[in-house]
Amino acid sequence: MSSTENVLSPEYKEAVTNLLFQLADDDFLISFRGSEWLGLAPHIEEDVASSSISQDTMGHAAMYYTLLEELSIGKADDLAHLRPASERKNSILAERVNGEGYYMETPQYDWAYAVVRNFFYAQAKKVKIDSLRQSSYQPLAETAVKVNMELYYHLLHWKTWFVQLLSSTDEAKQKMTAAMELVMKDFGDVFSYGNEKAAIEGNQLIASEEELKARWTANMTPIFESLEMAVPAIPEASEKNGRNGEHTEELDGALATLSEVYKLDPVAVW
Amino acid sequence: MSNLTMMTEEEKLEQFVQRIEAGDKIEADDWMPEEYRMALIKLISMHGISEIMGALPEKEWVPKAPSLHRKLGIMAKVQDEMGHGQLLLRVAEDLLKPYGKNRGDLMQDLFNGDLKFHNVFHMDTRTWGDAGLIGWLVDGAAIITQTNMLGASYGPYARALQRICAEEVFHAQHGEAIIMALAEGTEEQRAMVQDALNRWWDALLMFFGPASKDTTGSSKQDVTIKYKIRTKTNEQLRQAFFDKYVPRILSLGLKLPDPTMHYDEENKVWVYQQPDWAEFKKIIKNQGPRSQERLNLRRTSYENNAWVRDALAATVS
Ligand SMILES: [Fe+2]
Ligand SMILES: [Fe+2]
Repeated sequence: MSSTENVLSPEYKEAVTNLLFQLADDDFLISFRGSEWLGLAPHIEEDVASSSISQDTMGHAAMYYTLLEELSIGKADDLAHLRPASERKNSILAERVNGEGYYMETPQYDWAYAVVRNFFYAQAKKVKIDSLRQSSYQPLAETAVKVNMELYYHLLHWKTWFVQLLSSTDEAKQKMTAAMELVMKDFGDVFSYGNEKAAIEGNQLIASEEELKARWTANMTPIFESLEMAVPAIPEASEKNGRNGEHTEELDGALATLSEVYKLDPVAVW
Repeated sequence: MSNLTMMTEEEKLEQFVQRIEAGDKIEADDWMPEEYRMALIKLISMHGISEIMGALPEKEWVPKAPSLHRKLGIMAKVQDEMGHGQLLLRVAEDLLKPYGKNRGDLMQDLFNGDLKFHNVFHMDTRTWGDAGLIGWLVDGAAIITQTNMLGASYGPYARALQRICAEEVFHAQHGEAIIMALAEGTEEQRAMVQDALNRWWDALLMFFGPASKDTTGSSKQDVTIKYKIRTKTNEQLRQAFFDKYVPRILSLGLKLPDPTMHYDEENKVWVYQQPDWAEFKKIIKNQGPRSQERLNLRRTSYENNAWVRDALAATVS
């Protein structure tokens, strides 16, 4: 660990750290949102399947936080649980609530939103992971190989739902179209590296924002063509850029819940 | 085997009883007496729906689990419980076929109160200690009742239980690990476990059901024993639970919530204070602390997702 750390220049380490936080926080938050769905999916089989995806995704977040720990940025659990919203680097899409209501009461979650968000997110993640396999930062390239194996199934799973619901009843199509609008509104920072763009791209940690956006659109094209639809355009930018620590109140709510117990005593062993 | 179609009902029953006595496994398409089918449907659909409803109290702690490791562990555990529900409801659905009923009907039975779920899953959870305690002792209790049915005369149920029990062992280990971390932790953490144990104690005793019909007016244990679906009585199972867990509770430095509890060496039984069985009757009639909220959550999510089921049905046909 420390041997890798020693050879990294401060600028390079800074860029790696920033990218790792973006990747970790994305997976951590979207997995958290997935875990709120537990027990409430449209049928039991789906509950089991999507819960497995949330677990994999939480596992991926844990791998990235561990890479940060290995860079002596902090303890993985502290990084996951204690950082305030202003330090979080996840995209806005990952922090959004699943629908109205608190998961402990009787929430009104929207399955169409879950399908679209997860499918579009998984496709974005796939494009990133494919690029990360050639990352100049070797530990990250190795992690990407592991993530990629599970990601294949996630993508297949959400794609199946996406195509199925858009090939079905008018009600389903309406709900899916509405969900797509919501998701695309938040898609502006998904491929953004925020203020770190130059450092992250310049150090060949991952392909450029523009390249990844183009690949996402290319991967989506045949699926949308089969549905006789056009791939939605990725917004140039969004109102808030999560990569720069700009977030919605929805993130505050998520952080309060996911750290409630840990914060009782962060030094204790749980 | 002799030709079933040529046999009278009495002959079929006689042959069925012989098969049960011989330790044969009954399969889904085999002839079976109504009483047997009904007992199985009641038992297995309640077991299945309890797994599904049982996911809800623990699910409350999944997003709050206090580390990445615990988040992963409890997610996997709750997912397993949903998987158990799926496995069992399929077994129940096969048994329901002659009545033209399916899973949707079972959900309706749950919503209208005809299909009960296990008493422990009506209770509220207040701290992370409860999440640990459920895994450790509720799953521990479930292992005891379920291993009692591993040799069940109904083959599909016995096979489902084999898979379930194997996973339950991991659940109990997961729960025990949480509890041990708390019991060996700070004073607040230790207090959290003791408090959880105190609050869950009666529910745990009730988990095994009343000792006999006299306690609550009805008990299904007699029929299930007669047909070799299970072997031990409710009280024997409760005693087995005490045998296994009382020493562990004490070794963790926890106090038994029942101060009068002791082991009667002469009769080889644990002597304990009975829980309030009137309360038990109320709980399983969906009048427990969280019964209505959990049913409501299940009902609302079922209704919210109705359009998805419609959409899926439309693409299949
Ligand atoms: Fe289970
Ligand atoms: Fe379990």
